[in-house]
Amino acid sequence: MAPALVWLTALMVVPCALVLALAFFRRGIYGGIEYTFTLENFGLVFDPLYAGIFLKSARIAGTATLIAVVIGYAAAYAISAAPCRLQPVLLFFAVLPFWSNYLIRTYAWIVLLNREGLITQLLRWFGYTGEPPSMLYTEGAVIAGLVYNYLPFVILACYAPLSRLNPELAEASRDLGASAITTFRRVILPLTVPGIAAGAVFVFVLSIGNFVTPALLGGGRFQMIGNLVYDQFLTANDWPFGAALAMMLIAIMLLVLMAQALAADRASGRAIEASGGADG
Amino acid sequence: MSEPRTLLAIDHVSKNFGRVTAVDGISLDIRENEFFALLGPSGCGKTTLLRMLAGFETPNDGRILLDGRDIARTPPNKRPVNLMFQSYALFPHMSVRANVSYGLEMERLPASEIRSRVDAILATTELVAFADRKPEQLSGGQKQRVALARALVKRPRLLLLDEPLGALDKKLRGAMQLELKRLQHEVGITFVIVTHDQEESLVMADRMAVLKDGKLLQCDTPHAVYEHPADRFVADFIGVMNFVPGKAVTDGVLAVNGARIAGKVPATLAPGASAVASVRPERIRLFPSVETANCTTGTVEALAYHGLDLQLHVRTPLSPRPVLVRVTADAADRRPVSSGDQVELGWDAADVRIFAE
Repeated sequence: MAPALVWLTALMVVPCALVLALAFFRRGIYGGIEYTFTLENFGLVFDPLYAGIFLKSARIAGTATLIAVVIGYAAAYAISAAPCRLQPVLLFFAVLPFWSNYLIRTYAWIVLLNREGLITQLLRWFGYTGEPPSMLYTEGAVIAGLVYNYLPFVILACYAPLSRLNPELAEASRDLGASAITTFRRVILPLTVPGIAAGAVFVFVLSIGNFVTPALLGGGRFQMIGNLVYDQFLTANDWPFGAALAMMLIAIMLLVLMAQALAADRASGRAIEASGGADG
Repeated sequence: MSEPRTLLAIDHVSKNFGRVTAVDGISLDIRENEFFALLGPSGCGKTTLLRMLAGFETPNDGRILLDGRDIARTPPNKRPVNLMFQSYALFPHMSVRANVSYGLEMERLPASEIRSRVDAILATTELVAFADRKPEQLSGGQKQRVALARALVKRPRLLLLDEPLGALDKKLRGAMQLELKRLQHEVGITFVIVTHDQEESLVMADRMAVLKDGKLLQCDTPHAVYEHPADRFVADFIGVMNFVPGKAVTDGVLAVNGARIAGKVPATLAPGASAVASVRPERIRLFPSVETANCTTGTVEALAYHGLDLQLHVRTPLSPRPVLVRVTADAADRRPVSSGDQVELGWDAADVRIFAE
């Protein structure tokens, strides 16, 4: 316990406290920090311009999460339905992209989505002669990059409950007269929601604060919160405002995580209460 | 009395998984309102046969006729057959009531009918007090009753039970055996139970089938299977049996020590062939007061007290293995024996069964 506490304090609490403190100071005229207390930075966060970027980030992260969950759940379902000895191999392939660097994986998408990239060439090969589609530097490209990068998390998170599911539950549902679709909707899906939730929170939290993918695939015109924070610290030299934005972002992530933890706690709380009840 | 009607006809059904033949040309008739047991050691194909009746496996060959209609290829949700799973397979996210209602909701019955039928079955299975509980809040016996209620509420033509008492402790199992039988009588549904426990099928079944290596060895009433086993395997598998190996002669078996065990020799057994004479421990009399066709002397090697009876292991010259004798508590009181005693054993020719070795 103690080493973990030291670790947490040194690497989490102290840096966060420093950034939080920074957010309450004023920006110096030539950059730098003027150590006088102010709430201005937080006021600025709620300026329609910046609030809009928060909303846009949430929308992009939300869309990426939704797509990743649908694809990831389907993939996890297929893996859990595969023959037992094939499952570890398939999982290995699902996680394989993690073996390369995040930047390289994202650059690969540039190669794909470029005006004269692989997708355009493929279209040409099929006889397409018009203008090359503009795919790179769009919101779609950012979403594609986020989905691609975080998909393995969803697959792993959904695979766990799916593989643990007693196959006799689905059989019992069929036996009682349910179709395959009804069985999925009423038995399999509700019992694997915790995995979906865990995967979704992962993708959402990692996506909303992401700055590499929007910078590379969204182009200069495209900004998410992550880029804004990056700019404040490294380009605009407005550390206090950057700190306020970062704190706001952390607050959003914490809210999402707390909501998930609360839901999971309620689920397991019921289980604990239940096991106590069975003994009595 | 008219011949009971056949409900389910299993007609030369075979099933193989790759090169493994799980069920090998089994034919069986199961009658209306019958409590039928499929019995056999693990790997005998009884569970595969049950899964084919439920619709989870399709036979490679043969027909399964329910009320004369071939259902071998009907999906599980389209046949009037329900299965009670060994693991119970209760839906963990649903209450007892929701579990039991599920099957009726699939039939799209009006809500009022679902409610009344569920209430009725919960009352029959004594689960009313647990209706709002989740499966994880129930004891083993309660879960078993929910699984039963969930299947029975559908009023299937045929209820399949896969080792229904396997997860219960011994005392509860005894009670539930009688309970299941009572319920079967009450609801008037044909039960087919799969079990590896021979005692369970003797107690519960009207008729039973003994399976081994995917083949049907014998199908008859428990009494007939116990008293007239079809072959050596069945004789050994059901209950306890003493075996004396030897050679067949016209009116018995010649044991290794030259003694003759008198008994009826089956027509299929040629004189001189390797054979085995068998007799149930409870048919052997200790110090017989009357003349018996077969008798021997031996030394008591071990005693096991079972309350109801005393089991003696008696070393005899007849066979290398000790002969097991069951003496009622009352007979044991009249003439006490202890380890090392010389005893006389006797049994009738009518109690001897002779099989090919």
